[in-house]
Amino acid sequence: MSADSSQVPTTQDPATEQTTATNPWLPAVLSLIIPGLGQMAVLKQREFGLKLLIAWLVIAVGPTMVMMPLRISGTDVNRGAVTLADTVALAGIGIGVLIAVFAAVTAYRTAEPVSEAVAAERAADAAEQPALSFQNVGVSFNTEFGTVDAVKGVSFDVMPGEVVAVVGESGSGKSVTSAAAMGLIPQNGTVTGRAFLNGQETTTMDAAQLRRLRGSEVSMVFQEPMTALNPVLKVSDQLVEAMQVHGVAFGKDALAKGVELLELVGIPDAKQRIHEYPHQFSGGQRQRIVIAIAISCNPSMIIADEPTTALDVTVQAEILDLLRRLKHEIDTGILLITHNMGVVADMADRVVVMFQGQVVESGSSEEILLQPEHPYTRRLLDAMPTLHQKGDVQGVSAKDRREAAQPTTAPEQETVIEGKNLALAYRNNRGKPVRVVEDVSFAVPKGEILGLVGESGSGKSTIAKAVLGLLDVDEGELLIRGRNLPALKGAERKVARREIGVVFQDPAASLDPRFPIGDIITEPMVVHKVGSPKDRKARAAELLEAVKLPAGVINRFPHELSGGQRQRISIARALSLSPSILIADEPTSALDVSVQARVLEMFAELQEQYAFACLFVSHDLAVVDQLADQIMVLEKGRVVEQGHKEQILRDPQMGYTKRLLAAAPVPDPRQQDERRAARQQLWEAQGLTAT
Amino acid sequence: MTGYIIRRMLQFIPVVIAATLIVYAMVFLMPGDPIRALSGDRPMSPQVLETLREQYNLNDPFLVQYAKYMWGVFTAGDFGTTFQGRPVLDIIQQGLPITVTLALVALSFQIVIGVIAGVLAAVYKDSFLDRMVQVSLVIVVAVPTLAIGFLLQLTFGLNLEWFPIAGTREGLVSYVLPGITLGAVSTGIVARMLRSELVEALQSDYVRTATAKGMRRSRVVVRHGLRNSLIPVVTFLGADLATMLGGTVVVETIFNLTGLGGQIFRSIQAQENTVVVGIVTLFVLFYVVLNLVVDLLYAAIDPRIRYD
Repeated sequence: MSADSSQVPTTQDPATEQTTATNPWLPAVLSLIIPGLGQMAVLKQREFGLKLLIAWLVIAVGPTMVMMPLRISGTDVNRGAVTLADTVALAGIGIGVLIAVFAAVTAYRTAEPVSEAVAAERAADAAEQPALSFQNVGVSFNTEFGTVDAVKGVSFDVMPGEVVAVVGESGSGKSVTSAAAMGLIPQNGTVTGRAFLNGQETTTMDAAQLRRLRGSEVSMVFQEPMTALNPVLKVSDQLVEAMQVHGVAFGKDALAKGVELLELVGIPDAKQRIHEYPHQFSGGQRQRIVIAIAISCNPSMIIADEPTTALDVTVQAEILDLLRRLKHEIDTGILLITHNMGVVADMADRVVVMFQGQVVESGSSEEILLQPEHPYTRRLLDAMPTLHQKGDVQGVSAKDRREAAQPTTAPEQETVIEGKNLALAYRNNRGKPVRVVEDVSFAVPKGEILGLVGESGSGKSTIAKAVLGLLDVDEGELLIRGRNLPALKGAERKVARREIGVVFQDPAASLDPRFPIGDIITEPMVVHKVGSPKDRKARAAELLEAVKLPAGVINRFPHELSGGQRQRISIARALSLSPSILIADEPTSALDVSVQARVLEMFAELQEQYAFACLFVSHDLAVVDQLADQIMVLEKGRVVEQGHKEQILRDPQMGYTKRLLAAAPVPDPRQQDERRAARQQLWEAQGLTAT
Repeated sequence: MTGYIIRRMLQFIPVVIAATLIVYAMVFLMPGDPIRALSGDRPMSPQVLETLREQYNLNDPFLVQYAKYMWGVFTAGDFGTTFQGRPVLDIIQQGLPITVTLALVALSFQIVIGVIAGVLAAVYKDSFLDRMVQVSLVIVVAVPTLAIGFLLQLTFGLNLEWFPIAGTREGLVSYVLPGITLGAVSTGIVARMLRSELVEALQSDYVRTATAKGMRRSRVVVRHGLRNSLIPVVTFLGADLATMLGGTVVVETIFNLTGLGGQIFRSIQAQENTVVVGIVTLFVLFYVVLNLVVDLLYAAIDPRIRYD
């Protein structure tokens, strides 16, 4: 803009001013469009061209726009300061930067094939070179309580095409170790020792070098498929970007490859479904998508951190089959982090057992699982609840022993809780009931445990909710000691609810963090106005003893306790009113196996002592086998099979029950091989496609 | 989707009726006689008084007055006339562009500055930058709008002479200082809200997945973090845009803008009831439509939200 035109009176509309002889926008806009289109044409990459457009906009046009108001309305001093010359100069700088960026990107792109040659060279001597190698790796964190050594000098290798399982309980450092290899340690952590990926030392790399490795040479599969994908981006976007980041494929090519990948991991109708959002897929399918993303750049190493822990057993079996198949097809090494010995037996070639940041034992999976040497390994294996096979008599549960001691469980025992043709419904956002459970009947006498078994979405937790009165009964009767709970009103309902105690899955979330333990345990008594404060305190102490916690915790807060201890508090709270019914919704699923074993043992003892009837919801057949008297198998809100434990688990009649039983892995590699073959046969016999 | 919009539009009816009825009642039950006020100290003949009353339906019962007025508004777009005989619509047409421009400038300021500050604070959490952003936001929220307005006038208007001090004569530029003043408080809120949302989003599993893909941090933040953090911000901005129309009263007075905010203030003082009711009715309509737009925006941001 010339000095003349800036003399225009300030009252004039800026729009008309723009039309005067020297319009700075025209060259700016043109110089914006031309390079952008040029990029698109040259690189045939729409996205990259767009990116340059935006960068260009920011660099060249941004300042011009900022200057505009000064030119239009500034004082005499600065009105002349910004002229066309400035705009041109800024545009010049912009073009310069643009060329520099273009040159850099081109250089980077052309440099790629060289690294491929190196990769080929590497592949040649890959046979003796481990895909991933840890040499005396240690990780420590600076916390407000001082330095914590999470990993203390860990060394092991993963060869190409090999599955190494790292086993240990929470806090053993197994996840931190793998994160150290990827450079994903939080800022307050320090890594010592050396980790190598295909011979490249990752522990000394800078952020950009690590980024180049992530996703291309080593990728990760995480535990929680429900949250691992971005809910607001389409699956196609998330798959394609993984390839574009590493320059594997762009645009349409990337999309086509994405469809191929989804087909490879067993997503039906991949071509259409790739354009859907993550929430439109089931948990198992989402994990398949995460795996598809992980293998999109043909990594030589996959780190799978508890990849099947959040999944149902049948889905777990399928995902493990998928990983096994992919391992053969693309020949990657897999570092499998898990706490489930059954998964280890199913997948692993070698096992590394970690305990408190150290490797206590390592070896082939047969050695470790069948002849464990270290006491910790043995303890882990013993703690794992086992599902007894047909004619397998060595494992006798506490309950069985009790039954043996008292030959007949008296048939005249009072039925405490009974459901008659229950139909349960949620209300949708327009208030219409949507049935999720249909025609379920059960009766649990005093002192018995009914195990509710099924996969997610089977309605097992819904039934527990209905018994708690948290959900409307749409049809049928729910009798608590002979009284129909849904029909009760006000005070009567409250009295009936006193009979019901509950333990939820997540001990961390089900205790109010601001309440001291004593108050947590006695809160049900306060709600139902039972006893004086002194009585309540005595009751709390008594219950703490019953759940085998020291009396001192009464004044502590939940965050000061471990997961297992917190779950014991939940159980103590559930028992504070001496209920005749206990609802346990996956009470041990969030706990480590050794902790689970102790909590289950305690649970059995308490049940004997207090003789409550119990609805025990679990996805783990082995846990149910250990505790339950009767079992009800549910699928999609309907009862598949129902009856005595021995009959259901040892002689199942229905296909679904058989599938559930076949899918549960056992911690014995040889047996698991047979079971896997048998399961795949069963799948085929039932007309299901095995992946 | 269409069904949803129609249902929501039907819900507007009771909302608009209730809101305007309350305003109408408050204004017309105010003490004092507007017709007498019109003539000031001079006596007025009973005939003239009566004719004027008849003309403005002041003799009808309250509800009839209200019904007649609303009928006029929604059938003919007739917002009535002032007691001087000037159509209210005329006043609205004159003031609306100014107020709307002011609100939009304020909104863009909130979005641009609020989002940038929020993202920076979240990405560099607990750093010096984060602290600086947080402290300045607290200051902005704590200092009254009035003080911010005068401060901006003094610094950028009077001393630096970068922007005009008052009036709207210089086009969009004259809205910069009023816009910043109007949007300042909400900018602070937007930034703090976005910071906490984004900090949470950046710890989520899908951000970890994106990082494991080898994506650049900046790209992870913008592509995977930001969009998920925007829903509460959009909710707030939608509600705030309506609140801002109320806030224009102060800002328009400071900067001497002849928008609706200043108009409503003057009309209340002058007991120009038709003008007050007209403008408020407009604001109510604006508010309900804005709410619908915000709800539809949710669905655009988060595909899990479906309306049917």
